[in-house]
Amino acid sequence: MAQRRAILSRTTPTVALALLAPLSLSACGSSTGLSGGADTLRVMDYYADQPDKGIYAKVLDACGQQNGVTIKREAVAGPSLIPKVLQQASSRTLPDVLMLDNPDLQQIAASGALAPLSDFGLKADGYAKGVVDASTYQGKLYGLQPVTNTLGLFYNKDMLDKAGVKPPTTWAELKSAAKKLTSGKRYGIAFAAPATYEGTWQFLPFMWSNGGDEEDIATPRTARALQLWVDLVKDGSASKSVVSWAQADANDQFAAGNAAMMINGPWQFPILDKKASLHYGVVQIPVPKADGTPVVPLGGETWTVPQTGNAQRQAKAAKVVACLNSDKNQLSLAQQRQTVPTKTALMDRFAAEQPRMKAFTDQVRNARARTGELGKDWPKAATKIYTAIQTALTQGATPAKALKQAQDG
Amino acid sequence: MADVLRRAVRAKGRTVPITDSAPAGRKLGRLGKRGRRGQSHLLFLLPALAYMVAFFGYPVVKNVVMGFQHYTTTTFYTGQAPWVGLANYRAVISSSVFDKALLNTALFTVGSIAGQFLTGLAIALFFRRRFPLNGVMRSLLLLPWLVPLIVSSAVWRWILDQDNGVLNRFLGALYLVQDRPGWLTSTSLALFAVIVVNIWIGIPFNVAILYGGLQDIPEELYEAAALDGATGWRAFRHVTWPLLRPVVSVVLVLGVVYTVKVLDVILGLTNGGPANSTQTIASQSYQLSFQQFDFGQGAALGNILIVISLVFAVLYLRANRRAVEQ
Repeated sequence: MAQRRAILSRTTPTVALALLAPLSLSACGSSTGLSGGADTLRVMDYYADQPDKGIYAKVLDACGQQNGVTIKREAVAGPSLIPKVLQQASSRTLPDVLMLDNPDLQQIAASGALAPLSDFGLKADGYAKGVVDASTYQGKLYGLQPVTNTLGLFYNKDMLDKAGVKPPTTWAELKSAAKKLTSGKRYGIAFAAPATYEGTWQFLPFMWSNGGDEEDIATPRTARALQLWVDLVKDGSASKSVVSWAQADANDQFAAGNAAMMINGPWQFPILDKKASLHYGVVQIPVPKADGTPVVPLGGETWTVPQTGNAQRQAKAAKVVACLNSDKNQLSLAQQRQTVPTKTALMDRFAAEQPRMKAFTDQVRNARARTGELGKDWPKAATKIYTAIQTALTQGATPAKALKQAQDG
Repeated sequence: MADVLRRAVRAKGRTVPITDSAPAGRKLGRLGKRGRRGQSHLLFLLPALAYMVAFFGYPVVKNVVMGFQHYTTTTFYTGQAPWVGLANYRAVISSSVFDKALLNTALFTVGSIAGQFLTGLAIALFFRRRFPLNGVMRSLLLLPWLVPLIVSSAVWRWILDQDNGVLNRFLGALYLVQDRPGWLTSTSLALFAVIVVNIWIGIPFNVAILYGGLQDIPEELYEAAALDGATGWRAFRHVTWPLLRPVVSVVLVLGVVYTVKVLDVILGLTNGGPANSTQTIASQSYQLSFQQFDFGQGAALGNILIVISLVFAVLYLRANRRAVEQ
């Protein structure tokens, strides 16, 4: 019998998937979310690691206190947040305040599980446009995002000085600088092009800055952006391993001195700062032609109020979300977590106070949301984009052909 | 359960219905007794049946149904999943990735099984001999089994790294290769590398089962064979192999079912890349469901995989029954 059982469990790989599903049937009453008064709010987010975990514990507790509620917080690991949200959506046990990665918001809002924030009188006036786009579904605002982040070009000051190279601002400069900086074991530039959404995320600044668009990726503009990446790998300025690197791997290479520049984000600062001998700077992502403006994707998480059916608690939850987004908290979160406040009025002050965040802050003003255009169809488009990148980088297909192939599915 | 099965098999073999031999007068009473015993048999079966229905029957049925539905994140909240007939199957089968994934699944399975089985058998035969530290070394062999897969794939990623990986450093130092091969980054090598890692993971399972099978072969047979002049290869060919065959078929079929659905190794090493060169049906199903949130299409692919596994599961059950009969 034991053997038999073992074999059956092996024949049903996607059963894990189905195990999630039954919950949609057993979505029967008596959910814990409905009971009780409005003096305790359940909060769920994915800041499960320090220092983020502690930073948010503090600000959440303060916001709770300010609104006369106790915060009962659950921080889950990043990858298990969405499965957990789906499970709770079907059993009607969603928390009172829910954090979502910004590209997931429309997906969840489309299901009807979130309450429009206008119900509670919340607006996103004064926020950067891209940030609002990410938190909006069918014209309604469902989330408020206190801080955001994006990508920039990191460079090793010592290596650039030694080679007499200035931080590049255009694609042409980027190519020649990367080439010049490549010597021996060291590559000129590191970026991440894995077969995941991370690969797509890293490519977007190049695609968008050149006028490419996710609706149809089989365009000459997107092809030219991809050609830049292909050229960098082809002439040896970037490692062939970029197709298997995640952003953390690119960061390791940069920190170890194996790459003179890299495309990465401010969340790497704490890791890079641990290496005392490393002197680095950050500039904006190089643009196709001089005087262009880089168009970068927005990262970060947005805070929502799920439909729990308890109006009183929802109102309190909305107050907590508003509190997380107060000017003071935006600035304090941005400063503690190496992120950028989302209210444009705060950006100048923030960039002046945090010089190394300037390049990121300046880019955020024109940044785009990944889901701004396609909404919940974004995952399919993102898959096509990374597939095309990988095909062009590894199989010698021309970028135009690789993109066409991916677009046609 | 096994006992009941065996009895049924034996009864079938005899083809003599037991009740027929009973005298007419006592037939009724005996039937009642047998009926009661049947009922108590059924009671003993109940927990197992309930378990199977709840944890295998329901999910499988649910998964089959999901394959015919437009099942998205919205479904989880609203409970509504519109029926779309065969649309999901059409979509996944006509996708350009499907052929590649199917071929990769086949290559991955055949390559892994061949490698695991041959290496496993060689190691099991080696450990049949008596030598010092035999037990210690045999238990060390189980290590790959004990390390969480997510950890071992991270370590393998470092080993196989193109620029700084141990393997390429080693090969380079021996002047065995000129350019550093991109084990995980070249479309022609990635599948091979993933298979090798999966072989490494599967060896302990093969060794454990085959070693157990070898222990069951009586020593006297080898002594008798040796008297007839059969030693070494001939002893293996005429004594070991025929007696090990039932175990071999079990190992192979279980191995196939086990390998077809491998997901964690692929996700950990390449996530299906570069350019889908290590994409299998299992990894594609995972991506559709949990990254693109198209649970209907994911389930459709999953069902195709279940059917493939089922074929081998049936083979396994038949092989198993043969082993019991022998």
